[in-house]
This record gives sequence, structure tokens and C-alpha cells, in this order.
Amino acid sequence: MSKPIVATASLAGCFGCHMSLLDIDDRILQLIDLVEFHKSPVDDIKKFTKMCDVGIIEGGCCNSENVENLRDFRKNCKILVALGECAIMGGLPAMRNDIPVKECLEEAYLGSPTIDPKDPKIIPNDDDIPMILDRVYPLHEIVKIDYFLPGCPPRADLIWEALLTLATGKELNIPYEVFKFD
Amino acid sequence: MSELTFFIDNKECKAKKGQTITEAARDNGVYIPTLCDYPGIRPAGTCRICTVKVNGRNMAGCTTPVEEGMIVENKTAELEDMRKAIIEMLFVEGNHMCPTCEKSGNCDLQALGYRYTMMVPRFPYLWPSREIDASMPKIVIDKNRCIQCLRCVRGITTADGKHIFGTLHRGDKTRISADPELVAAMTDEQAQKAMDICPVGAILKREVGFKVPMGKRKYDSAPIGSDIEK
Repeated sequence: MSKPIVATASLAGCFGCHMSLLDIDDRILQLIDLVEFHKSPVDDIKKFTKMCDVGIIEGGCCNSENVENLRDFRKNCKILVALGECAIMGGLPAMRNDIPVKECLEEAYLGSPTIDPKDPKIIPNDDDIPMILDRVYPLHEIVKIDYFLPGCPPRADLIWEALLTLATGKELNIPYEVFKFD
Repeated sequence: MSELTFFIDNKECKAKKGQTITEAARDNGVYIPTLCDYPGIRPAGTCRICTVKVNGRNMAGCTTPVEEGMIVENKTAELEDMRKAIIEMLFVEGNHMCPTCEKSGNCDLQALGYRYTMMVPRFPYLWPSREIDASMPKIVIDKNRCIQCLRCVRGITTADGKHIFGTLHRGDKTRISADPELVAAMTDEQAQKAMDICPVGAILKREVGFKVPMGKRKYDSAPIGSDIEK
């Protein structure tokens, strides 16, 4: 049997979940024996060229590019896993959900103390820049998500156990200490 | 004092007359999850996490006194799933962002989420608009995190017995509020007690936060209730 193919992405996240994946330390050698990585920041493959077995997504959706990316993953992955609090419930970026987008942009680009007073006061609005959404959406509010791994970041041992379960079909073992929401 | 005999999931248990089901269960080494119930304050039965089946009917264990020969169901698949659903409902009903919360690791709601392995709530998030009241000298009230358990309302009083906290509005709009004069006169001890009595991170003591490191907090290594279960 060929190795399961894994793709990963970070949407509106901080890459902390990917860092936590790297925290499996030397087990990463076992992991590359077990699975093949496809589109992922880990190997810098940018485009899907084949169907993947597992897509692991960190971060929620805060702009149009995130949504596009997520839909691309849903189309090209048999199983989608929401990795971490931002993917599951929006996380820190979702703290803006109660603030109108206009106010957020004005705070960031017009009113922020780090704005150079000599610069023209402009809220970036180029077609090439992804459109910011009205609020931050957890992944399962946009597409169907098959599994969820909580944590900020999810502990390396939890990610390892989940990957092992998906790759080998063994029963998922979640020790209490590795199942956390922070 | 007369002793009553009753049964929880077929285990023979003893209770003192007047004890509630959750109290007696605790004394018999049986954990019934509680959230709005707190030692030393009168039970209110607001959260229903302690729901048990008594002689076939759903009852709040924290407000129901034990009676002789009572048959109580506790750890059944149906009740455990209903409790998990209540926790999930509480998570979607407010704005509970554990990674940003000072109470994380010491939070009863979060600990119940861990105990029931809540991967994601089954209900849609409501994203309610709630305010943070930081106008008080000793405490901050973050209403995003409040679960309206009324532990602070019932348990925090001034030396002469006045309630510092109360509720505004009713139904799903119920909000906790503090009397401006009484809250302004709060001592550090009272502020700490208010923070401790709050099961979530809705009441926080000012000028201190994240004091206990990760790994050493209340629910980091042992699940809620594991100190009771025998």
C-alpha cells in the first residue's frame, strides 16, 4: 500500500500549530516513513497536483483568500482536520468579531500609534489584496471538517497520536495532559 | 442523626438526612459534575450539569435531597451526553477564548470540557456582543465569559450581608452586574474570593494574572472530579 499523502496549511493562524507539529522532535523521522507530504509550508509545495488523504489546517478564515484556500483543501483532501483553537473557534483573531470591520481597518491603518504622520492615510484597497471578511469564521462554518484537534497550540503528542491514528488506523489514545484548550 | 440508604448506578450509598444527592455522592466517592454549585453557598440549580435520573425522572442533583431507597442513575451514556451538550451550549452561548483567558487551567467550565473530551461544540457559535466592565478598582467583569451560574450573586456579600453582585435583565439577556458603591469598597480578600468563586474567567482580580505557570494549574494534570472518585 502506498503511503498516505498529507497536506497542511496555515490560514488566519500564527504558525504555532505547525511549530507544535515540529515539536514531535525525532519522531519526524518516523513520520516521513509513514506519510508523504504534499502541499504544505513544510516542503513549500504550492499547488495541489494530486488527491491527498489528509489535509491539516491551522487558523480560521479572516479573508477571501483563506476561504478560497480552505475550499481548495476540501476539494483535494479526503479527510480535513481542524488543528488548534483558531481553526475550531476563530481564536485570537476572532476577538475582532464584535468590532465592525470599518473600525478595525481605521484603527490599524489610520489611528494606530505606529503610523508615520508623513504617510498618506490610506486603507489598502488593491484588487490583489484579499478582501477582509465581516468577521473571523471557524473552518466548519465554511466547509465540512472531519476531525478537530484543540489546543493553542495542540500539544505535539496530541498531533502525533492523531497522525498515527490516521496513518495506521490504530485506536486514538488521548492522555489527559495533552488535551488542552490553551 | 438518622442515616439514609440510597443507590447511585447500583452502588449502595449512605447519606445524612437533608443532604443533597451531589453532596451525598461526594461523601460516597461518586463524582456528579457540578458547575453552579459551590461549597458553603445555597444551591440554586441553574446550570443543570448535575442532572441525574431519580426513580426514572431527570432531577438536578444539587437541589434534590436524598430520600430512603432512592434509585439514582448518574454515569449513563444518555446523561453523560446531555451533560456534554450543556457544556458545549455554554461554550457557544458566550465568547470563550481559552488561549486569552487568565482563568485558563483553573476554569471549571474548561475542566468539564476536558473531562468530556469536547473536541468542538456540536452547536453553532452565537458570537454574542458582550461588554467588559473595567471601571471597578479591584476587579474586572468580562461578560463574554459569564455563564450566569449566580455563584458570585449568592456567595459574595459585604461584612453586613449585602449582596455585591446582582443580575440585570432576564432570560437569555441576563447579565451579572455589581453595585457600584459596594464593589468600590471591596477589599483585596473579597476581590480574591469573588475571582475564586467564579467558575470561569468572568470575574478577575486586577493587577494580577497568569500567576501560576502552565503545568501547575488546578486542572493541568488531573481531571475535575478525580479527587472525589474512588
